[in-house]
Amino acid sequence: MRLVLGVTLAMLLLFLGLGLVLPKWILFLLTLALAKGLVVLSVVLLMHAGLVSFGQGLFFATSAYTVGFAMKLLEIQEAVVLAGLGMATSIAVAALTGLLLARYREIFFAMLSLAISMILYGVLLKAYGITGGTDGMGIASPTILGLTPPPDRLRLAMYAFTLVTVTVMISFVHRYADSPLGYTVRAIRDNEVRLEYLGISVQRTIYLTYLLAGGLAGLGGVLVALNVGHIDPQLAYWTTSGEFVFVALLGGTGSVFAPLGGAIIFEFLRTYAFKYSPYTWQMTLGIIMLAIILFMPEGLWTISKVFARSPREWRLSWKRSA
Amino acid sequence: MNTLIIIAVDGVIFASWLFLISSGLTLIYGVMRILNIAHGSLYTLGAYAGASLVIAYFGRGFWPQGSYLVLLGAALVVGLISGPLIERGLLRWMYGRDQVFQLLVTYALFLILEDVVKLVWGVNPYYAYKPYGLLGQVRLGGIIYPWYSFLLFAVALLAGVLLWLFVTRTRFGRLVVAVIYDPEISTAMGVNVSRVFVVAFTLGAMLAALGGAFTAPMIAVVPGIAVEVIVLAFAVVVIGGLGSLEGAALGALIVGLVRAAMVHVFPVLELFTIYLVMAVVLLVRPHGLFAREEVRRI
Repeated sequence: MRLVLGVTLAMLLLFLGLGLVLPKWILFLLTLALAKGLVVLSVVLLMHAGLVSFGQGLFFATSAYTVGFAMKLLEIQEAVVLAGLGMATSIAVAALTGLLLARYREIFFAMLSLAISMILYGVLLKAYGITGGTDGMGIASPTILGLTPPPDRLRLAMYAFTLVTVTVMISFVHRYADSPLGYTVRAIRDNEVRLEYLGISVQRTIYLTYLLAGGLAGLGGVLVALNVGHIDPQLAYWTTSGEFVFVALLGGTGSVFAPLGGAIIFEFLRTYAFKYSPYTWQMTLGIIMLAIILFMPEGLWTISKVFARSPREWRLSWKRSA
Repeated sequence: MNTLIIIAVDGVIFASWLFLISSGLTLIYGVMRILNIAHGSLYTLGAYAGASLVIAYFGRGFWPQGSYLVLLGAALVVGLISGPLIERGLLRWMYGRDQVFQLLVTYALFLILEDVVKLVWGVNPYYAYKPYGLLGQVRLGGIIYPWYSFLLFAVALLAGVLLWLFVTRTRFGRLVVAVIYDPEISTAMGVNVSRVFVVAFTLGAMLAALGGAFTAPMIAVVPGIAVEVIVLAFAVVVIGGLGSLEGAALGALIVGLVRAAMVHVFPVLELFTIYLVMAVVLLVRPHGLFAREEVRRI
């Protein structure tokens, strides 16, 4: 616990320092990666229970549009308030859809979550007069804790805000993973029926996890909306959610930091792949995904585990796995 | 009265299309317990193969009505090539692993095939509209329908009937049913299960390609038509119960009719019909209309 706290603080300082020296475009990618990392973390949380959600775009878009409407109709500019609002609406949506989804497992869970996010996509698309349809909505730059960052410092300010938010959520999720609820969730993946015999309500546990995942993904949506400055229905499309699943696999489920690492790698991978092979970009993704599924089922996080062991063991483990 | 006829005709035509895209998905799931996200990609392959072959066919100035046979042939070829290739090359290494895991594998396959299509056919749209207008039109209940829509209905009906005859009346079809009910016992009884898997997957791929090929004349064939098909096909299959052919037929019919009714009564809700039907069905029967009881293992 103390180690994780130390690592978190060290990472926070490191990333803040990086923010001061890195060029703006990298800073933007990093901000985006951190924000999306939260959504990926929510996918990973559900994976702990053995559930794959192909519909996290639902919360991603819900909160992003909450930000859009709060700015347009209520004229709220404060980032902290917007983050709270976005999380609240996402959790509310999760509370509703969770009633249905908590009854399902495996493929049904995956595809029903997909279907529900597609309903939101349809609504956003059809309600042209309110949401602007495929054109989406513009998002103004927010104030942070009542302060208006000067335009040339806006990137940096948003980066710092994102970083702090993500750090807070990471430590929260870490605490959760260590709580009885977190342990129960991982036990569900192992054997659900036995848990029921122990007197634990599996459905309730999954429901609560789903709420938390909804809130996390929602917060990620708020951060992306504020940073990108534009939202459109594509946020709710199932391919967006599929991307989160991809990154979750890429990073692995081994640690709370893995989704963030996965998200950062993914953003840079995508930027360069778009530059060098725009037509084979999805194919590259697919092949990497197959390779990870087949050879590295725990994601890139496996590599860090290899390094964490002593060098002697390291060699042995390579031989064994080869 | 006229409206009722129109709703019925519209509904049945849309249902035929839905059945074509979803029957293969449910067949593959029933036999192999794999929900194939790449099903939409097979549909796309069928559409592209159909469109490009039909364009080439008309370019040569052959007998125009023969283009329907070209579409059919395109679908069969796509199924016969891609089916065994995917099943033997990729999926057979995944048997016995988690269903969700297999879902992710087919998702990766979907991503790969999306770009394969772009590499082979480019990103420009293909217009193979000629077979669409070839049969002329008919006036029904005050509305003009192209005969092609009814051809689609005939194709779907024929595919459904042939599939049903295959499953219930042939020796190999009975083996497929046995594998659907219990692959392990079937193996123990001497059924060559991996052959059943190849055949089932190839049949499913053919059906998807058939749907794609016969849709091609009605649309502009562009990259990215797969993504929507997957969602629709899945919804239909869930309504009917995963793995059930009768379910897919009934699900397609219900969705088709309700959608046609919506178009006339509440046009705004048309896009959501399929999900509304799904939600209602799942509230009453959590695993679809024709779902089998599953034993929970401890």
